[in-house]
Parts: sequence; structure tokens; C-alpha cells
Amino acid sequence: MMQGSALPEPRRSGLPRWLWLPAAVGAAFIAVPVGAMVEQVDWRHFGSLISTESSRDALRLSLETSAMSTLLCVVIGTPMALVLARTRFPGQRVVRAVVLLPLVLPPVVGGLALLEAFGRRGLLGHTMDVLGIDIAFSTTAVVIAQTFVALPFLVISLEGALRTFGTRYDDVAATLGAAPTTVMRRVTLPLVGPAMTAGIVLCFARALGEFGATITFAGSLQGRTATIPVQIYLSFIDDSPQATALGVVLIGVAVVVIAVAGRRITGGTP
Amino acid sequence: MKRTLVKKIALSLALAAAAGSTLTACGSSSSAGEKTLTVFAASSLKGTFTSLAATFEASHPGVKVVFDFDGSAALVTQIKAGAPADVFASAATKNMTALGATAVSPKDFATNVLEIAAPSGNPAHVTDLSDLARSGLKLVVCDPAVPCGAAAATLATKNHLTLSPVSKEQSVAGVLSKVETGQADAGLVYVTDVKSAGSKVVGIAIPKADNVTSTYPIAVLSSAAQTTLAQQWVAFVLSSEGQKVLHDAGFGAA
Repeated sequence: MMQGSALPEPRRSGLPRWLWLPAAVGAAFIAVPVGAMVEQVDWRHFGSLISTESSRDALRLSLETSAMSTLLCVVIGTPMALVLARTRFPGQRVVRAVVLLPLVLPPVVGGLALLEAFGRRGLLGHTMDVLGIDIAFSTTAVVIAQTFVALPFLVISLEGALRTFGTRYDDVAATLGAAPTTVMRRVTLPLVGPAMTAGIVLCFARALGEFGATITFAGSLQGRTATIPVQIYLSFIDDSPQATALGVVLIGVAVVVIAVAGRRITGGTP
Repeated sequence: MKRTLVKKIALSLALAAAAGSTLTACGSSSSAGEKTLTVFAASSLKGTFTSLAATFEASHPGVKVVFDFDGSAALVTQIKAGAPADVFASAATKNMTALGATAVSPKDFATNVLEIAAPSGNPAHVTDLSDLARSGLKLVVCDPAVPCGAAAATLATKNHLTLSPVSKEQSVAGVLSKVETGQADAGLVYVTDVKSAGSKVVGIAIPKADNVTSTYPIAVLSSAAQTTLAQQWVAFVLSSEGQKVLHDAGFGAA
């Protein structure tokens, strides 16, 4: 179909039709398990299942800690992205690789690493002890675990956008006499606004689903460290119908978050 | 040119699919003479069962014993969901009973009692049960959903203690690791866990009269793929040789 002799005018190249099959298989691969789980939910008791004290505590804790860790990601991730995208320094590639490590690290390993750093017998444990900070089994530990795994998502989305836009606008603003901080505040950051939104959404979603690092580093206690994923696992091992009900709640929250700002994730027109 | 490329891709996709199915075929039916016995066991049995498996494999050439060690409650959920297990060894009668007829005539094979575990050096100076109720002490126990947590709850009731743990873990292994790393000041685990942890933890024994005894049942599963081997494994665990290994690890006789 595509070979043929040279045509007088350029043809719009469509997608090869066979591509639909693997694409559909891929979509089904994700949709079928989710659908199967939703189908398993005890809808008649759904309301009571998700409104038990442990469910409500887990939901509240998850939303609070995820919001907090997303905020932290923005505060420390934005400067990181700017430095990585706009400067050159020796060892930059290594630094970037290390910063993005939590993306590929098994969460439990992340939890172990946090334990070695912030644990009571960890690298900084003694210093923190002297300062009177004890984060073992606290909600703070949950936020630290979530921030650790979510941070690369913000850095990677922002850095990519910064590189795409280049420095042309910044340079013009500087030529017009704007100080570096003004350029950053008035030009650079507004330009990457959509990427920032995407990063925030990804961060929040990742923090919301965090389990492995939390259970390893922070433990599991209702209202303090037992987030929704931890509560779901606990319900699952107890063979409780609460597991699938809470799973649906988590899917619901994730779908809403992605729908609200998700168009920007793919980098399409905002 | 393009068409041949498409063909090539289609062919490689087909090949990949074929390779995939061959792989699954390999996984489900191993070659003649090679048999795999799958044992699901409570995480407190990890040390003893692993060493028993070495002996069992030596006396059964061509047999490989594979384990899934986890909290008993999680294992029950997995078995109910159709996990391919031949034998289930539980840390409590309750979890075995939950399997109903799937567990074929369970037999008690060991008992275990609780012990307080503290990190090496015992930084919080825990000396007896009453210390566990001390305010500010970071105590970690199992969640009541798993046998070690149910036992801990019974222990607290029996001794009129109000425990405020900082974490309720999903398995006894979780409690032990929180103590070993020094995150927790004390944890309630089985006496066998303290023994297997060696110098990483300090054990503080609980007087027999105050303690809670857990009974461990074992059963061949009705869904077992290797029924004969499974029965041999259960018999081996119950044999004097098996019982000696369990006894040496700190388990009591059932």
C-alpha cells in the first residue's frame, strides 16, 4: 500500500492498521484487572465498608500526607529541576541519575535506605536524637517515604519542559534588565506551568499509592502511619471485603486527580 | 520493502507469543524426574523449614521444595484465591480452620510461646512484661489479623496490660526487623524468632504462667498437585527427625 511510485503531492501518513491489535491488547491488559476488581466489590455494603473508623482514618491520613509530600516535592524539586536543566557542573549526569533513582528502585529498598539514613540507628539518627527529633513510626516518616519516591516525578517533568523551551525567553528578559530571580518568577516558571501541573499530579498519585517504603520505614498504625495502601493490604490478608472497596476508592481518587489535570501529563496541548 | 518490514514485525510478534507460551509450558510441567513441592508456611517457620527442606531434598532425589513464608492470614487468602500450594503450615489453628475442607485433616506439629525482643544493648532497659506498657516506649507488635498479633492481644488481656504499640506489623518478620534495626525499643515475637535472630536482638523471657501458647497445625491441601510428596513432607515434619530440628529452634512439642 505504502510502496507505490512517488506521488505528486505528499500524502498524510496514517498509522498502520495492524497497530490497533497490540494497542487494544495493551488497553485490555490494564482495563480487565481493574474491571475485575470493581466487579468483586460488595456494592451493597460499600458505604459501610469505606466508612469504618479504620477506613476513614486511612483515607484522611493518605490525603493529608500525600498533599504534604507533594508540597515538599514542589518546594525542593523545582530548584533541582532548574539547576539540572539550566546549569552545567562536573558530575551532573551522576547527580541526575542518583536523583531519579527512586523511580526504578523497589520501594522496599527505598524504605531500607531511609531507615539507614533517618532511622534511630541510622546515619543521621544520632544527630536528630540530639536535636530532639524522633520520626520513628510517626506521620512525618510517612511523608518522608512518600516524598522520597515521588520527588523524581516532579524533577523529570519540569526538567524536560525547561529543556524544551530553552533559554530564549529568559535571555530576552535578562537583556531587558530583569534580575535572575525576576526572570525565574516572571518568565521561566510561568512557561513551564503545564509541566508543573503534570509533575504535581504525578507526585500526588505516586504518594497516594506508596506502600513499600512506608511499611518498611514508618510501620503501620491506624490514624498515624496506616495509609490507604497499608490498610488495603491489611484488609487483604485478613480476607476482608474492605480491601476491594478501599481499592475502588483509591482508583476513584486517582482517576479524579488525573482527569482534572491529566491532559497535561502527556505533554499535549494544555 | 515496507511490506517485508511489516511481515518481519508480525513474524517476530508471533514468535514472541510462541516463545511466551513455550515458557509457560516449561513452568507448569517440569521435565520427568523433577518434582516441585510447594509449601506455604508461617514466617516464623522460615529457619526450621528451610533446613528441613535440605534434608528432605537429599533423601528425595529430583525433588525441589519451594516455600512461601508469610503471615498465616496472607497465606490463607492466597490459597483461597487458588495459589498453587501443596502443604500449608499455619502459626495458629484459627487460620487453618479458615481453609475448611481445603486443608485435609490438619495435624498439630509444634507449639510456640511469645517472648519480648529488644535491640542489642536493650537501650530502653526492658526487663519484664510490665515495661511494655510504659509510656514513651516504642513497642511493635503484630496486627491482630495475624496469629502473632492475636497471641499478643491475648497476652495483654491475660496480664491486664494496656499496650499502645507504635506499629502493628503484617507478620512476625516485620516486628523482628523493626527491633533488629533499632527503630523499636521492644517487640512481641515468638521465642523461636529471638533464637534465630542471634545477637541482633536481646530476648526477655515471659514467665510460663503469664505466657500464651500458640499451636501450629500442618495439612496437605485438597488442591495439591503433589499429594504423595506433600504427605511425605507432613510425615517428615512430624517424624522424630523433624521434631528434633523444631525443638532445637525453640519450638515446643504439640
